[in-house]
Amino acid sequence: MSRNTDEGATHTPDGRPWSEQPQWRRDFPIDLETDEYVSRRDFTSFMVLISSAFACGQLWIVGQNAWRERRGKPPLKEIARLSELPVGASTTFHYPTENETCVLVRLEERKLVAFDQACTHLSCPVIPRVSEKRFECPCHNGSFDLETGHPTAGPPRRPLARIRIDLAGDKVLANGYA
Amino acid sequence: MPVPHHMQFFVDPNRCIGCQACVQACTECDSHRGHSMIQLDYIDRALSPQTVPVVCMHCDTPTCAEVCPADAIKRTADGVVQTARKPRCIACNNCVLACPFGVPKMNTDMSLMMKCDMCYDRTSVGKKPMCASVCPSQALFYGTPEEIEKLRPRSRPVDTFRFGHQTITTKVKMMVPRESVLQDFDVLGALVPARDAAFDPMLAMLDVPDCAPGGTDA
Repeated sequence: MSRNTDEGATHTPDGRPWSEQPQWRRDFPIDLETDEYVSRRDFTSFMVLISSAFACGQLWIVGQNAWRERRGKPPLKEIARLSELPVGASTTFHYPTENETCVLVRLEERKLVAFDQACTHLSCPVIPRVSEKRFECPCHNGSFDLETGHPTAGPPRRPLARIRIDLAGDKVLANGYA
Repeated sequence: MPVPHHMQFFVDPNRCIGCQACVQACTECDSHRGHSMIQLDYIDRALSPQTVPVVCMHCDTPTCAEVCPADAIKRTADGVVQTARKPRCIACNNCVLACPFGVPKMNTDMSLMMKCDMCYDRTSVGKKPMCASVCPSQALFYGTPEEIEKLRPRSRPVDTFRFGHQTITTKVKMMVPRESVLQDFDVLGALVPARDAAFDPMLAMLDVPDCAPGGTDA
């Protein structure tokens, strides 16, 4: 990292030239100019290292995408029955796995919406406020539109993940992400 | 822009009248407002009003930078030892203990060592350091060697100091009476009577009862 010349303005404590000084003294020079000097080799190796890190990151993202596509669509799952859910009511269900809680809201007779319950800010569960036409996140006063899931107030910037709903007679089915 | 080589700093303690103008001027500097980088030391306050202004001597081999474990003290090509770099200084006090002139002071509130940098913001653009510009008796003088030679014909500048086995040359010069004989200063020498070439101050400290670890209680 250092430029080992005897041109430095700072004298060595024992008076011997810089080339005879221990390595630590040459690695940590007292002269400002020598301290700030970066050799071409160091600069290049730093650039190569950082660029490779970026390239690896990109490859990782590509790999993740491929893996996600191969995993396929989440399965159809019955999540509620229309007869048990009056208009204006909401319920929670787990989809696509048991660890992911979602919320289903019946807005009108034949209009239902379902969203992942995790707030897009810091994953607190959102609470449907049907009369106010919004989802409320109590953690940081976040607010999402009840019909679209778009953020309307507070810290969240991304919409809630929406789940496609199919109706088959009385059955309410979750059919992947919209 | 570096500090011009022909402009030099001279400290003349004989002329110091202890007015504290330098301390006040230093405190008002914008780069370290409220903190003075110069101190006024009393030689022996009970017996004499004599004071000495202490600025950084800007050594050619700065001991403070040598001992800094955080690589925070740097010396620019014009020979000015800069104050500790804020992001690097770890407030370890090594420089405070190591400096033979007692210049660096630890600012514990800010966890930062701050020392005189010869008003680098001023001297690097051709101005005088704050303290030298206000000193009414010119005990702190900033100018060329020719000027000081003409102004103080009975004094001579000294830039080599010996502390025990350490010889230090400095950028800042100390004015002494022209015919005076310089005396070396050696703290450990006063404690340990016999010294030879193999003298090791750290080992010698073990021989002195008061300095030995745990020896002060006995």
